[in-house]
Amino acid sequence: MKAKIIVTPKKAVVDPQGKTVQRALEQMGYGGIRAVHVGKYLEIELDGADREAARCSLDDACRKFLSNPVIEDYQLEISD
Amino acid sequence: MNFVVLQFPASNCDQDAVHAVRALGHAARGLWHKETALGDADAVIVPGGFSYGDYLRCGAIARFSPVMQAVKQFAENGGWVLGICNGFQVLTEAGLLPGALVRNRDLQFHCEHVFLKTVTHDSPFTNRIPTGKILRIPIAHGEGCYFADEATLTKLKMNNQILWQYCDAEGRVTDAANPNGSVWNIAGICNERRNVAGLMPHPERACEPILGSDDGKWIFESLIAALQNKTIAQAA
Repeated sequence: MKAKIIVTPKKAVVDPQGKTVQRALEQMGYGGIRAVHVGKYLEIELDGADREAARCSLDDACRKFLSNPVIEDYQLEISD
Repeated sequence: MNFVVLQFPASNCDQDAVHAVRALGHAARGLWHKETALGDADAVIVPGGFSYGDYLRCGAIARFSPVMQAVKQFAENGGWVLGICNGFQVLTEAGLLPGALVRNRDLQFHCEHVFLKTVTHDSPFTNRIPTGKILRIPIAHGEGCYFADEATLTKLKMNNQILWQYCDAEGRVTDAANPNGSVWNIAGICNERRNVAGLMPHPERACEPILGSDDGKWIFESLIAALQNKTIAQAA
């Protein structure tokens, strides 16, 4: 089983990385970009086959450690 | 007074903190992060550095080090804890201080002297700072921008928890004087109970004139004075 976790800065937090990447893209000629948010991607390889147990456990890990709920949101996806 | 200075893998300001306390005439020793007991400790300093390489988030891994359980208990029992730079980051990650530290708004690492206005003298970390004195203290960080949501900021203000703000040489709290984009120019705060504090600037690097400023000593002197008063009060 594999867990895919995306961690992104909360909208309320200033994201200078995102803004810098946006400016660079625009300077390179890519148009129509409203906003860029730079986050983190984690891949966790898991033993076992119980998706629900894995989701429960990793949800806990995401809230307590892999993301900082003060400044970040996360999305968790479990797949085979 | 006995100061304990934590040491995580890649802490790099622990020796400076130990030296600063000793130069002020008090005892200080390093404590490796794997220890589960603080031993004889009157105060704990969580030092600056790049603990665990700043991996995942600054301080995110250090906060789970075995020694942090003892620090949490120490704080819960009213013990005094001062987090400096990475130490501030560790304390926010550990939930011992509110808010979070994020990347500097200009994405640059800032290594320079800044000026600090002491917002309140009502704390063990600021009680000895002369009234009106603007502290000149160095910063060295890439992720020192203090962030907290509206509700938290309101609480910080109401409870007088903001200890220091970035200002100019005349004490004016301006955007130009803000090196990293911290909300309200916040450089340091304390918890509601006023026994845990954190700041991004390095007072331990400003305790001797040869280093360019000895204004940092006021913060340590405040802590020492508060500890001495506590000891007298307990003996009475």
